[in-house]
Amino acid sequence: MNHPIVDERDFELTVNGTRMSVRGAVPGASLLQVLRDQLQLTGTKGACEEGECGSCSVLVDGVLMCSCLVMAASVTEATIATIESLAHPDGSLNDVQQAFIDCGAVQCGFCTPGLVMAITDLLDRRPNADRETVREELAGNLCRCTGYGRILAAVDQVISQRAAQQ
Amino acid sequence: MIRGGTVPPGLVTIPLGIDALGTSRWNLLKFNEPLRRVDNPYNWPVPVITPQTVDDALIALADAPVHRLLAGGTDEMVKLNHGGQLRQFETVISLSRIAELSTWTIDPARRNLTIGAAVSWSRLIEEPFVSHVPVLAQAARTVGSPQIRNAGTIGGNVATASPAGDGLCALVALDAVATVRSTRGERRVRVAELATGPKRTDLEPDELIVSLDVPLTRGFQGYTKVGVRNAMVISLAGVALVVDDEGQSVRFALGSVGPTILRSPAAEDIAADILFGAQRRDDAMARVVAAIRDTARPIDDHRSTAAYRRHAVGVLASRLIERALISRGVDR
Repeated sequence: MNHPIVDERDFELTVNGTRMSVRGAVPGASLLQVLRDQLQLTGTKGACEEGECGSCSVLVDGVLMCSCLVMAASVTEATIATIESLAHPDGSLNDVQQAFIDCGAVQCGFCTPGLVMAITDLLDRRPNADRETVREELAGNLCRCTGYGRILAAVDQVISQRAAQQ
Repeated sequence: MIRGGTVPPGLVTIPLGIDALGTSRWNLLKFNEPLRRVDNPYNWPVPVITPQTVDDALIALADAPVHRLLAGGTDEMVKLNHGGQLRQFETVISLSRIAELSTWTIDPARRNLTIGAAVSWSRLIEEPFVSHVPVLAQAARTVGSPQIRNAGTIGGNVATASPAGDGLCALVALDAVATVRSTRGERRVRVAELATGPKRTDLEPDELIVSLDVPLTRGFQGYTKVGVRNAMVISLAGVALVVDDEGQSVRFALGSVGPTILRSPAAEDIAADILFGAQRRDDAMARVVAAIRDTARPIDDHRSTAAYRRHAVGVLASRLIERALISRGVDR
C-alpha cells in the first residue's frame, strides 16, 4: 500500500506556504483547533464548531471549508490557506479586507475573518456575482452585528474596483 | 481538568476532562482559552490512513478492527467536536484522496448515471446533474452552505442514513442503486433498502459505498423542503418527486417524517392519474395529500412537532404536483 499513515498526535501541515509541524494534538482534533491551539494562527475564529457559523472558514487545496469540520491529521498532504495569508508581503491589506474597513463592515469583528475568506473565494470564482448570488454564497457565514448591509456594500466595492482595473 | 479558570459552582466536572455542559458552550464564554480545554488523555497512537485507491481503502477497512470512516466530515467532525472521542486502537480512514470516488459517468445506451460516492454537493449543483437529475441537484442546493457543500459527499449522506438526508430523499425517489464493496466482494443494494432505521444501515463494518447508479428518465423532477431558513438547515419535512413520462409512473419520497425515507405507493398511483390520466385535479389532489399524510410517521422532537411535519409534507407534495403539471403545460 502506498499511502500516508499519520499519527493523530504528531504530524505536519502546509499552512500559508510553510510546512509546519504539529506536536501533541488531541486525536480527532479539527483543523480549527490545531491552527489556533498548536500553530497559534488565531486569525481563524471558532464559535459553533458544527459548520453553522462559518467563522472558521479556510481554504483547503483552494476550496472553501469550515476548518472545524476538517480533521487536521487527514489533510497533511493538502495546501491550507488561512486569513493570515491574505495581506500582501508588505503588510498592506487585500482588496476585500480594505473594503471591509472602507465600508464599515466590521463591528465586533468575530465573523470578519470567515467572511473575508468566503468573499475572497467567491469573487475569485465568480468575479461578476450579482446580489442574489452573493447572498446565497455567503449563507454559511453568520454575522450578528451588522445586519449584513455594510458587508454587501463591501462586496460591491470590491466588484466595482476589480472591474475598473481591467 | 479544565485549564485556566475555575469551575463555576454548581457544575459537575466528570473526570477525563469533559464538563457536564459539553465543551463547546464553554468556548463561547471564554474566547482566549484553548478550544479543547482538556488535557490530552491519549498516550497511544491513533493512526489516520489516507488511501488513494478504493482497493487500499478496502484493505484498511478489513484490517482495522475498530475504525471510523471519514468522507466530508460534516457529520463525523461535529460528533468529535462536541465531546465524542476517538477510541483506543481506533483507526481513522479518510476517503478524501481517492480520485476514483469523485468521478461520474453517463452511459447513454443504458440510460444510467453513475455517481462516485465522494462526489461533493458543490459538484451536484452543477452540470451534468442539473440537466440529468434535477431532483438531486435541487436537493444538493438545499444542503448547508457553500462551505458544507464543498466538504459533504453524496455517499456520506447515504451511509449516514439520516431520515432528513436531502440527497438520500432524492436518490430514493430516483430509485438509485448503491454499489457496495469490501475485500470479500461487491454487491448492489437499492438505496431505499440500505437504511434500516434512523442513522442505521445494513452495511457491514468492512463495506464501503463506492458509487450510486441512477436510472435516467424523462419527465418532471423536483425537491422541496421546509426549515427555519433557506440555507444551513436540516429539513423538518422534505419531498422528492420523480415523474417518468415514458413509464407513465410517479415516485414520491418523503424525508424527515419517518425512521427512514418513505415511499407512498398510494399517493403515487393517484398522482400518476392526475398527470397522465383523466382524474379531475381538485378531488384527486386532496386524495394525494391525504395519502401522503397517511404514509407519514413523524415524531415530535427538538426541531418540530409530528403534527406540523404531517401537515407540511402534504403541502410540499401538492406543490410538487402543481409544478409537474405546469412543466407539462397541463391545466386541469
